[in-house]
Amino acid sequence: MARQVTSKRKALNTVLAWGIGLLIFFPILWTILTSFKTEAQAINDPPIFLFFDWTLENYQVVQERSNYGRFLWNSVIIAGGSTLLGTAIAIPAAWSMAFVPSKRTKDILLWMLSTKMLPAVGVLYPIYLLFIRMGILDTRVGLVVVIMLINLPIIIWMLYTYFKEIPGEILEAARMDGASLKEEVLYVLTPMAVPGIASTILLNIILAWNEAFWTLNLTAAKAAPLTSFIASYSSPEGLFYAKLSAASTMAIAPILILGWFSQKQLVRGLTFGAVK
Amino acid sequence: MATQHSRSAARMMMAPAVVLLLGWMLVPLIMTLYFSFKKYLPLRGGDLGWIGFDNYVRFVSSSAFWPSVSATLIIVGGVLTITVVLGVLLALMLDQPIWGQGIVRILVIAPFFVMPTVSALVWKNMFMDPVNGLFAHLWKFFGAEPIAWLTEVPLSSIVMIVSWQWLPFATLILLTAIQSLDSEQIEAAEMDGAPIIKRFWFIVLPHLGRAITVVVLIQTIFLLSVFAEIFVTTQGAFGTKTLSYLIYQRVLESQNVGLGSAGGVYAIILANIVAIFLMRMVGKNLDA
Repeated sequence: MARQVTSKRKALNTVLAWGIGLLIFFPILWTILTSFKTEAQAINDPPIFLFFDWTLENYQVVQERSNYGRFLWNSVIIAGGSTLLGTAIAIPAAWSMAFVPSKRTKDILLWMLSTKMLPAVGVLYPIYLLFIRMGILDTRVGLVVVIMLINLPIIIWMLYTYFKEIPGEILEAARMDGASLKEEVLYVLTPMAVPGIASTILLNIILAWNEAFWTLNLTAAKAAPLTSFIASYSSPEGLFYAKLSAASTMAIAPILILGWFSQKQLVRGLTFGAVK
Repeated sequence: MATQHSRSAARMMMAPAVVLLLGWMLVPLIMTLYFSFKKYLPLRGGDLGWIGFDNYVRFVSSSAFWPSVSATLIIVGGVLTITVVLGVLLALMLDQPIWGQGIVRILVIAPFFVMPTVSALVWKNMFMDPVNGLFAHLWKFFGAEPIAWLTEVPLSSIVMIVSWQWLPFATLILLTAIQSLDSEQIEAAEMDGAPIIKRFWFIVLPHLGRAITVVVLIQTIFLLSVFAEIFVTTQGAFGTKTLSYLIYQRVLESQNVGLGSAGGVYAIILANIVAIFLMRMVGKNLDA
């Protein structure tokens, strides 16, 4: 409903929107700024906004003291692994539901979505117990599997909505031109499906990266990703604002950047096509 | 175009996903149901036999139950109110033509990408700390006594943190809905002399009804199981123990698995009631 407005009104809107935007973004900005201060400057009264001695010391300290690299690596493996595994399982399923729909397709899709609604805390102990019995508590494999399963419905849904948009006539045309099934999939479908698959992967990496219930409860020293690394800073002895900020900035930076690329796909991915 | 052959191929392609999700749903669910009818204390004697519905009765009659229900309702209700009201306003604002729209959009969405443990920790220490927090500085600047947010107004503090995280989600979905509104309708109303409030109330808001419902339903499902924000800030103290946090404590902290499982069954039923409404809305829009 964007309409022509006077430039005076546009200027007013701009100032208002930027003000509110910066206000919402402020906690992130403040964290990033604090990460470059010394500990003394970080708790200075009154607070210092920009005119402090910028330092990278906190990043070094955090990295040396807490082995940040290992947590980061765990996050990468868990988020990336669960998403790729989930996508590999979801592509054939979504593909068949989009192109060979049956009477039950709708019910199956809704049922898959319903598994996403299961409150994690309701099944915490069984999963915990199974993990112990199978010897995968505090392992990356275990986390990859659990995070893959909780995101699988979203992955299938997103892929399904993307595949649905590929017109069936194109496939028929290819078939009439004598394309084999293999050629059809490889040369006709895949190129059209790639953008959808890419955005699905992107959004699910973000969701997996930020997942904090299972990662906190099913990992300890070995497989803990960044979510648990940050939670360990909540104990009082680890409380240094500048270092806390540096650790936080490192934990959220990769995903903030990915997130900016995926913002257009967010709505589709998170409302299951209920809002277009 | 579906032949018998392609039908069976399609079933094969769906099988892995269906089997995995079926297992993921049924195995833990059956185990939780099983434990919920047992006196089961892993560290104090293990499996002490069947006790019927005792756990279900004990869970709801414990002194912690009703406070946890009210904490849950306050958090869910508070966050929903704040995110929907502010989300509508923000969406209307972002829909206006402004300079640098793309950047403002990014600024507003950013909190959604911050992991829950980080946002909880940053808010707890750098904003809500009664000595060094930014709010404390702000209060002192205006000559007021700083507030110990997480101990004095713990529930409001958590509502604030969680609202900040979910506001982008609500805004983004409502913005998508607003952008699909037919501008001619608004222009016609404008020409007929309808004031801005009336245009909003009779045209924009009804158009947003569906999107608001979706936002409410999806957020409710996630908000019912808010965990990291409480785990990091108060650990359930000061009356911030929600239903799901109570279950978590019963199961993992006091290792009373039977009792916790009964609570888990209640939580599953509650989430399903919300889910049914969400499914209806999603299903209606699905032309499969």
